[in-house]
Amino acid sequence: MIGPLTATLEQIDIPADWIGIRAMQEVSSWRAMRDGHPQQNERGLNQGAMVEVLAAGQFGYSATNRLTPEALRAAAQRAYDQAIASSQWAIHRFTQAVRPPIKGSYRSPYIKSFDSLGVGEINDLLRQLCDRIKVSAAVVRTSAIARTHEVDTWFVSSNGSEIHQKIAMVESHLGAIAQAPGVTQSRTDNGYLARSYQGGWERFTEDDLWERATRIGEQAVALLEAPDCPTESTTLVLAPDQMMLQIHESVGHPLELDRILGDERNYAGGSFVKPQDFGKLTYGSKLMNITFDTTLEGELASYQFDDTGTPSDREYLIREGVLQRGIGGLESQSRLNVPGVACTRACNWNRPAIDRMANINLEPGDTDFESMIGQIESGVYMASNRSWSIDDQRQKFQFGCEYARKIENGQLTTLLKNPNYRATTPQFWANLSQVGDGKTLKVYGTPYCGKGEPNQLIRVGHASPVCAFENIEVFGGAE
Amino acid sequence: MTLQTTDTEQTNDSFSSTSTSTQQAASGSRHYQKTFQQLVDAINRNIGRNIGNQSDLHFTLTLTGEDSQFTRFSQVKVRQTGQVCDGQLRLTLITSKEITSEEISSKDGSHESKRDSVPSQAADANKAHRTATITLPFTGNFTADWKVIQPALTQLQAELPLLPIDPYAVLPTKTQATSQASHQSQNHTNEVHTGNLLEASAVAEALLNPIRSSAEETSPALDFSGLYAGGLSYRAYADSVGKRHWFETPSFTLDYSLFGSRLQQAVKGTVAGKHWNPEKYEQDIAAVAAQLKLLSRPAKAVPRGSYRTYLAPAAVADIIDTIIWGGLGEASLRQGNSAFSKLEQGEAVLSEQFSLEEDFQRIGIPRFNSSGEIAPTRLPLIQKGQWASSLINGRSAKEYGKASNGANEEEVMRAPTVAPGTLKEKDILAELDTGLYISNLHYLNWSDLNAGRITGMTRYACFWVEDGEIVAPIENLRFDDDLYRFLGEGLIALTDQQTFLPAVGTYDRRSLGGMWVPGMLIDQFRYTL
Repeated sequence: MIGPLTATLEQIDIPADWIGIRAMQEVSSWRAMRDGHPQQNERGLNQGAMVEVLAAGQFGYSATNRLTPEALRAAAQRAYDQAIASSQWAIHRFTQAVRPPIKGSYRSPYIKSFDSLGVGEINDLLRQLCDRIKVSAAVVRTSAIARTHEVDTWFVSSNGSEIHQKIAMVESHLGAIAQAPGVTQSRTDNGYLARSYQGGWERFTEDDLWERATRIGEQAVALLEAPDCPTESTTLVLAPDQMMLQIHESVGHPLELDRILGDERNYAGGSFVKPQDFGKLTYGSKLMNITFDTTLEGELASYQFDDTGTPSDREYLIREGVLQRGIGGLESQSRLNVPGVACTRACNWNRPAIDRMANINLEPGDTDFESMIGQIESGVYMASNRSWSIDDQRQKFQFGCEYARKIENGQLTTLLKNPNYRATTPQFWANLSQVGDGKTLKVYGTPYCGKGEPNQLIRVGHASPVCAFENIEVFGGAE
Repeated sequence: MTLQTTDTEQTNDSFSSTSTSTQQAASGSRHYQKTFQQLVDAINRNIGRNIGNQSDLHFTLTLTGEDSQFTRFSQVKVRQTGQVCDGQLRLTLITSKEITSEEISSKDGSHESKRDSVPSQAADANKAHRTATITLPFTGNFTADWKVIQPALTQLQAELPLLPIDPYAVLPTKTQATSQASHQSQNHTNEVHTGNLLEASAVAEALLNPIRSSAEETSPALDFSGLYAGGLSYRAYADSVGKRHWFETPSFTLDYSLFGSRLQQAVKGTVAGKHWNPEKYEQDIAAVAAQLKLLSRPAKAVPRGSYRTYLAPAAVADIIDTIIWGGLGEASLRQGNSAFSKLEQGEAVLSEQFSLEEDFQRIGIPRFNSSGEIAPTRLPLIQKGQWASSLINGRSAKEYGKASNGANEEEVMRAPTVAPGTLKEKDILAELDTGLYISNLHYLNWSDLNAGRITGMTRYACFWVEDGEIVAPIENLRFDDDLYRFLGEGLIALTDQQTFLPAVGTYDRRSLGGMWVPGMLIDQFRYTL
């Protein structure tokens, strides 16, 4: 594909300063069962190309799913016209420096190819998982979902970039809804589609799959009898599947440079972080170490190059609580003159690349789980996100979880339903008091990070250990 | 994936930099419609050849596409600008054959008797169905598209026997109607709108010049951020029994924020339609800029607590946008995944002032769903605070023994309308007296779905009001309240005028339509942070 794209690029005859073509093909499957009956057996082919042109300091783009040299040349002309028409209104005079010439390739590792399970076998597996989740008549709804995606991206440019990245992904979900008179409770497999990874079928057919299915059903039923989470300020311990959401909303988004620049103000919002905060702002306690890491094998948003061809690596965003750099690619870095990362990404061939999270991880500490809980006289342990909301500057948040346990005298005790907590971002991270060790670290992801105009949903990964926070306001559903 | 060597027939690059968008829409869509029909005919021929191998083989085909201009603004400048030509076909094959004794146990028995009670489905009650779907690109070029669809058809047909029985599969059927005209309107529709949109090359100037002119009269200068999204949108449906639906419209939305002197204080505006009207745009900008003056006062930090609150129509739209995803569908209600179980069961009621309905007459979007069914022009869901109907698609109808009302696959409202009340605009502040005037809300979510509790943030132009006078803008507050309370005994009044709030979302593609809602005066709305 690189050859034909390069040949097409050479045939484009417009007086542009730079031209790039990003072609993409995604082959997908979606299989879903509900209560043991098929809900979805679907395949998908999505392909197209975005031609991007830099002229008079302004980028213009044109995206088409017609993959012929003529269509791509016509797209280049349209992209050029867009750039010229808006150049007098350009927000910044960009140069080729924000599209570095790179040649390379990346392929995500996998063990079991997507051909290794037939459609009948997958459906049978999902049906059996529904059966396993239905531990009793109180479970009124069971669901099991398995999705696969193989994404090829080719990027060529007039200044010599030639990049091919091939990424295989599995996204899965198990869920139970249980009911008793006047009460309904849900439990999922670490949150909706949280078990989203790069890799092959081995990421779905893991050794503990059946055990997890049973546990989901059992916990949904057990929650029916549980008291509501109490209303109090207490020590809050979050499992990695809730830390994923916590990191995403209160660290990832506010550190995006395009939010800090104001590009997102009309949609997703801005940020309480200011340009002058980099290298200075104390974001959280000294235990807080956050990395942008596209090198972690199997995490959902690993890659070697972003969608502008910038090579990517592991970087500290926050080290020992102090803000180091933002989540912004070369365009935002050049506008803001602050350090960033290779994160200019597009969710599809039909959307322009913007600053996005990739894998944003909280580095483990050295406290094992038993010691962490053992040190807490009174607190609440929460797991698996079910509700999330945060303001447009990323300060005031309220998050809810599926599952909670009381912590009393160093022990996990009573099961609690409808757990929620609320806080402001700086206060919350300043109160980070314990960070679990590597044994408590889990890796999750989500295909649904929304942002941008036009809107884009992109895949991100988050790894985190169990963490404890002091003096957090928690409450239940009946508040 | 490979690049095709050349176009083998008329290209369909409907955008050009010289002609107007309206002209582009007309020529491009005619070609799209012709290609879609050619593909339907080709699938019919292909399926026909294979009927002998696969008992009864049926298909449905949907098409969704757009030729769109997207220009993103920040700081009264262009941040990104470009065009997207995209289309997707969704092809579903359904096999239908006499059920075998081994397969009887695979079928869901619990609802068999209910299913038999639905006349339109009785004929296939003793048949086993299997369903497989594929989504493919639609380029508008028959040769290129058929080259992708043909092998996909073969792949799906090979896959079908390996799939489990789908007890709730919906076979395409022609809607029976009493009159020829009604029969025609239920099974064949062709809705083509025309418009007059901005040329791509004119978008930046047309939108930014009025802001800059306005800024010359304003000190300090205005800041403008937002997205213009416009162009042709098309939707289509066809199936193996001959139903055919086509819908196309040029349309645009401009979703923007106007910032004044204080960094995070802005007023939100939306403009939408099929015809770009520069005078209307300039009037809107002037009106929004006037509101900014109120934001120049120092912001008041309002402590958490319960306050009498006026929600302006845009804020009401944010709440309705959450509610429509909160389980108004039959499947959600039956599967324990709804905020409205208490209302449906008659265990709770809302205020008699609150009525919510689908109104396709007032909101210009296609009425056909992905099964080719036509939704009723109006469908009340909540009437005077009482449950009226759920949204029911064909699958739910089959599973739960009800009649479909043409709901979409997700059973989510498509044309929401909240009935107006009696509060006149001139009386809003006086009736609010002392409390909060909320123009917009942000990032709403269910904090407890089954209990009907919603949380979210205030955003943009929100004010503290005392004795019927606006005193100061407020620092943003979080609310967390129970819809059975604030739409129940807490609902004091609705305004006598509804406002149209266009759907400005662009996930996957530009949204169509919007909603009609009034403003709401609420007693003791609960703010928690």
